[in-house]
Amino acid sequence: MSKVLSLTDAIHEYITPHCSVFIGAAHEALIPFAAVYEIIRQGTQHLTFCAPISDIASDLLVGAGLVDCIYAAWSGNVSGGLGHNLRRAAEHGVPHAVEMVDYSNYAMALALQAAAMGVPFLPTRSLNGSDLIRSRAGFEPFMWHGQPLVAVPALQPDVVILGVQKADADGNAAIDGPVGMTHESLMAARHVVVLCEELVAKGHLGQESWHLTVPGFLVDAVVAVPYAFHPSPCLGYYGRDTAFFQQYHRESRDPQEFHQWLQDWVYVDGHADYLRRLGKDRLTHVKSEEGVMSWP
Amino acid sequence: MALKEPNPVQMMVIEAARHIRDGEIANVGMRLPLLAFALAKMTHAPHALGFFDAGIVRSLPVKKAFVTMCDAENVRGSVWCTDMMDLMNLMQRGKVDVGILGGAEVDGFGNLNTSYIGPADAPRVKLPGSGGACDIAMLSRRTVIMMAHDKRRLVSRVQYITSLGYGHDGRERERLHIGGGPEVLVTDRATFTFHNDEHRAALHSIHPGFTLSEVADRTGWEIIPQGAVPMQTKLPSDTEWSALGRLDPDGFWTGGG
Repeated sequence: MSKVLSLTDAIHEYITPHCSVFIGAAHEALIPFAAVYEIIRQGTQHLTFCAPISDIASDLLVGAGLVDCIYAAWSGNVSGGLGHNLRRAAEHGVPHAVEMVDYSNYAMALALQAAAMGVPFLPTRSLNGSDLIRSRAGFEPFMWHGQPLVAVPALQPDVVILGVQKADADGNAAIDGPVGMTHESLMAARHVVVLCEELVAKGHLGQESWHLTVPGFLVDAVVAVPYAFHPSPCLGYYGRDTAFFQQYHRESRDPQEFHQWLQDWVYVDGHADYLRRLGKDRLTHVKSEEGVMSWP
Repeated sequence: MALKEPNPVQMMVIEAARHIRDGEIANVGMRLPLLAFALAKMTHAPHALGFFDAGIVRSLPVKKAFVTMCDAENVRGSVWCTDMMDLMNLMQRGKVDVGILGGAEVDGFGNLNTSYIGPADAPRVKLPGSGGACDIAMLSRRTVIMMAHDKRRLVSRVQYITSLGYGHDGRERERLHIGGGPEVLVTDRATFTFHNDEHRAALHSIHPGFTLSEVADRTGWEIIPQGAVPMQTKLPSDTEWSALGRLDPDGFWTGGG
């Protein structure tokens, strides 16, 4: 049976109030922004947001008032540095306070891997001597035959939204390029939603099962929309729209302007309308050689 | 071109690159650390291998500097694309020679803060956080730190240690039975080393165009000279100039051009 759902239906079904959602597993690439925008349109509240980096995704969801808690190694704006909405929430409780659960990249991957293995923690030599040791994540230093180590507690997200270039209707999917912690998040999460740039015919990917990043039997739903990851890059399709991130940084500085930004780019008539607003020239540019390479 | 004096940011990138040795494995961050690594590859360290957290291993030099490590310029022509976990595991096993780090604040023991200014529960400024920096500081065999030279950045004591240098008393690594730690701090005005017993930042050299007082005025800790008189940082060679010109032709990253 086909697992293909519309963007609206998939987000409605799998992203529910009080759930924890993991996104941006491949770090700066393949960030499922189309899904982030749809979550904001649906206004799903009290989310626990988990991500290694995810560029401006955490800043957007926090600014929209949907996040209670952030599990992250890094949260801000990769092009702009600090995230204005994250700062307002952490420093002034605007629009409301957000609990920060701080990780390092390695700690987050180990936390997912522990959940993937079904064990309560994994040890590491990292974190000791850093103030991250006191993070709400509950890292615990311990000694093992005279060696100081740190226990990283397991992290099991309710849902992971995985970005991939290609998937079929059964959920088989393949990523081109670096994958970050895609594998650990896939193996750890309770539910898996695949967001793909291109839906391919059944059998097309499954014939070479050894090239799959994601096996269909672990997948709950597949969503296919073009430019699913804009403004982040999708190797083989388009590059990073750095100007878009910079514009967001300027226009999110002030809360009023941020709400106007949401009106212009998110509270629109679905993903197709978002692409219409981006315009043909911009979408052509991110596909051009210069746009794909993301040279400044 | 060879006669031109570098601007402070160009000097910082070129000087940091000199601390990456040929044949080494380097864990590379973004922005200026990336530029320093690319510059080392194009000059004295053609056999250095770059690890990028997202899961990229790269040997070939890049054509031009790019924006994030996942951009096609960094992925195409890479040696391997894999899980981040593989690269972190290799680093935990001691396979990474050098990590190149930046940050918002550094202190005289090379501790870095990229998390919070003020208390973590009620911060005055919420910074983005560690990313992979905490892991690189702990698990690579040594680090090179790059930082704009400003009194608000070079502070006497960081308020939050995201990435461990030598701790608040210079002894934390001994207590934890780990080696590694900062080898140098390269700013846009000077270079500091941490060779002494206390692992305190000692002024090694001053970049061309600056005086000792111009360095001291912007440093939040008391200047300890490494030798009798601080040296001047070596001017860029022709090779270094031409490599930087290729990497940053419009001066987007270093303001040169």
